[in-house]
Amino acid sequence: MLSAAPSTAPGRASGPEAGRRAGPALLALVALLLALAPGCARRGADDALPDPPAVPGGAYTVALTEPDHLTPGRTTSSYALQVIQGLFDPPVTLDPADGHAVPLAAESLTSDDQRVWTLRVRPGGAFHNGEAVTARSFATAWNAAAYGPNGWGSNGYFSQIDGYDALNPADGAQPPTRELAGLEVVDDTTLRVTLTAPFSQFPMLLAFPAFAPLPSAAFTDPAGYDRHPVGNGPYAMDGDWRHNQRIDLRRAAGYAGPRPPMADQVHFRIFTSKDTAFTELRAGHVDFMASVPAARAYEAKRTFGRRYSVRPSGTMDYLGLPLWDQRYAKPELRRALSMAIDRRGITRAIFNEVFAPADSLVAAMIPGHRAGACGDTCAYRPAAAKELFDRAGGFTGTLELYFANSDPTYEQWMTAVANELKQNLGIHDIVFRKMSGADLGPILNGRKATGPYRQNWVVDYPSVQNYLAGLLGRDNRTGWSNPAFDDALARGNAAATPAESIAHYHDAEDIALAELPLIPLWNWQDQTAWSSRIGNVLVDPYVAGLHLERVTVRH
Amino acid sequence: MGRYIARRLLYAIPVLLATTFLIHTMVFVLPGDPIQGLAGDRPVPPAVLAELHERYHLDDPLFARYFAYLGGLLTGDLGSTFTGEPVADTLAGRWQVTLRLGLTAWCLETVLGVGLGVWAALRKGRWADNTVLAGTTLVIAVPVYIVGYLAQLILGVRLGWFPVSGTEGGWPTAYLLPALVLASFGVAYVARLTRASLLENLRADYVRTAGAKGLRRHRIVLRHTLRNSLIPVVTFLGVELGSLMAGAVVTEYIFNLPGIGQQVFQAIQLREGPTVVGITTLLVLVFCLANLVVDVLYGLLDPRIRHE
Repeated sequence: MLSAAPSTAPGRASGPEAGRRAGPALLALVALLLALAPGCARRGADDALPDPPAVPGGAYTVALTEPDHLTPGRTTSSYALQVIQGLFDPPVTLDPADGHAVPLAAESLTSDDQRVWTLRVRPGGAFHNGEAVTARSFATAWNAAAYGPNGWGSNGYFSQIDGYDALNPADGAQPPTRELAGLEVVDDTTLRVTLTAPFSQFPMLLAFPAFAPLPSAAFTDPAGYDRHPVGNGPYAMDGDWRHNQRIDLRRAAGYAGPRPPMADQVHFRIFTSKDTAFTELRAGHVDFMASVPAARAYEAKRTFGRRYSVRPSGTMDYLGLPLWDQRYAKPELRRALSMAIDRRGITRAIFNEVFAPADSLVAAMIPGHRAGACGDTCAYRPAAAKELFDRAGGFTGTLELYFANSDPTYEQWMTAVANELKQNLGIHDIVFRKMSGADLGPILNGRKATGPYRQNWVVDYPSVQNYLAGLLGRDNRTGWSNPAFDDALARGNAAATPAESIAHYHDAEDIALAELPLIPLWNWQDQTAWSSRIGNVLVDPYVAGLHLERVTVRH
Repeated sequence: MGRYIARRLLYAIPVLLATTFLIHTMVFVLPGDPIQGLAGDRPVPPAVLAELHERYHLDDPLFARYFAYLGGLLTGDLGSTFTGEPVADTLAGRWQVTLRLGLTAWCLETVLGVGLGVWAALRKGRWADNTVLAGTTLVIAVPVYIVGYLAQLILGVRLGWFPVSGTEGGWPTAYLLPALVLASFGVAYVARLTRASLLENLRADYVRTAGAKGLRRHRIVLRHTLRNSLIPVVTFLGVELGSLMAGAVVTEYIFNLPGIGQQVFQAIQLREGPTVVGITTLLVLVFCLANLVVDVLYGLLDPRIRHE
């Protein structure tokens, strides 16, 4: 039905007189198109323009992809978080320099044993509708997100708070209660949080927008609130969210928190196509774009000069291995697979050097990342790989590679990996299992994959622990488990100081790298570009996207 | 004629039932789990998964789901998207965009296409004719997304004659460029169809007779030749009205127009059953109506074709 579109069908017969004496006119048209084609003539770069002065006021426009929800607990989409980050102050935020937790809506967050935490609410905080931000505003928001039957997207982030299991019965039954046992509202400004186990990284977790407080209006009309969220942040909604078109924010009148905004207004224009958004940025109708398509990297660098930036994000790609399949059981074989992959070559050929080869299980911007932690295992050493491969007894049968079809680059790099395994290790029988994300998810979660698969991890909070626990913790997809690894993680979680906990996490990472259930491939980097109208652009790897409140506007 | 139209409208009912059932089956038989697909590489907690499956009836058997959908349809309930919005509401916001785009494109096709076709036919073999032939060949040969991106870059960004994307310019400003791109293939096709059909009829005996009895040239062309030459063109333009609505997927994507083409593209990616079925039903209705109008027009253009 939908393919019946004639305007897109390529091979339809043209009229009987097609092409007769069409030569000269055709040539003229092609010449005209070429003359006008973009890229042939360079636009004058306005790199020489100084940054806009740091005066408050003005408005700027950010390109965005349609979010799913604007209520903090209902979403984990980075597009939604970019907006929510302007509308809400979560309890803490992360320092842009090194990712450590800094109080925001909270005045302080303390614990003696890493298990019982006391959150003191910053006095005088208010929502945009005047309602005061109290300890209860946090408790009701967290309870709603943790309550399974609400089906909120951030539900899993609350799993470490005592009482989570009661709100999420495994058999899908109705929970006996609607409140987390681990949350206790002591008074208006004090919230006591009890976790199921000590967790030293808890303050970082609280920077995630799902932990922001919600006013009572969020529960009287949830659908209306999702279109017009009332937050406690530097910006307030300016009219409703116009789905697929725009979201407008304006300076929140009574905001007295720690991040007063510079610009008066922020407009988000919603695009389906990133290419179209980039075109609008080039046309000067959009001021900021957080994710320039990788294919436009060279063009962006040429057009935007110093107003184009590439920096490592927290996202990593891995090749996961099905350890329940005996053929993948030997760590030597897994290391051989890893050494046969030319990470630098692939990031250069397929990602225009926008991605960086991985040398550790965690992304480069994470405090505690050790350059070269993976050592020779992640270096491209085809000869050593072949030797190790043969020593491990080689590989029999078909090697199946699993990946989703959501992005064409997945197939491109999987093809490159397959070719390298063929050439360097002599595995000739390789087939692709390419399918939709909806199909692949259940296969991987059910441990039904019979070959290596694409595993991606988007970091929740900048801690080595987040990668290790998320990827290789309880019930992970690879089927790998190691008590020494679990112990090291638990010791890190219970440690009193950050330095001490990182040392334990490093022990855990070393164990995982030695056994290699998961082969690190590359670290994603965010490409951003912005117009000469705005300045003080801080794209923070730790918090979603652009720091809206810091941007200054030429006006 | 009235009975004919009534009968044709009744035919639309089984067609609608069959298409909705077919689409339901196709969405249903796809393996996998759309909710897990939404979450990417992060497992969804089992309690949340169970809740969302129940909310969107993902575990119901095919017939139960289909009849529940039909029941909902009778009360105007088209189901809801995975973000919990009623499909009827999202369609209400979007159909106007697609309709404006489709009708603008359709008008361009009719006026430009027929105009160019007649112009070329009357100047057969001269430069005007050759230019039309070359231009239409080029347009038919180039895929619509290339035409779209080029038009956007040249006419939108470099020359600044049109808005680059979005609907904020309102109708007709914001719709002209995308409609032109959407119509490009159709304009070329209609021009060729008109030209060929007109040339054939201009050679007919009755045209010579009309000329011999002294009728003026433009009267011969407009009253006697063009009218019946337009039958294949009307057939094409009729079906085209439906196709333009469905074919807007690419154009709406490039020009960032929040219409139903863009929505069906997203819904298929997310495997949002109710949205896909809802939009498809709407498109089938448009196709049925367009076909009916075409058949009625036949009788008006050529009295030899009658409907009983």
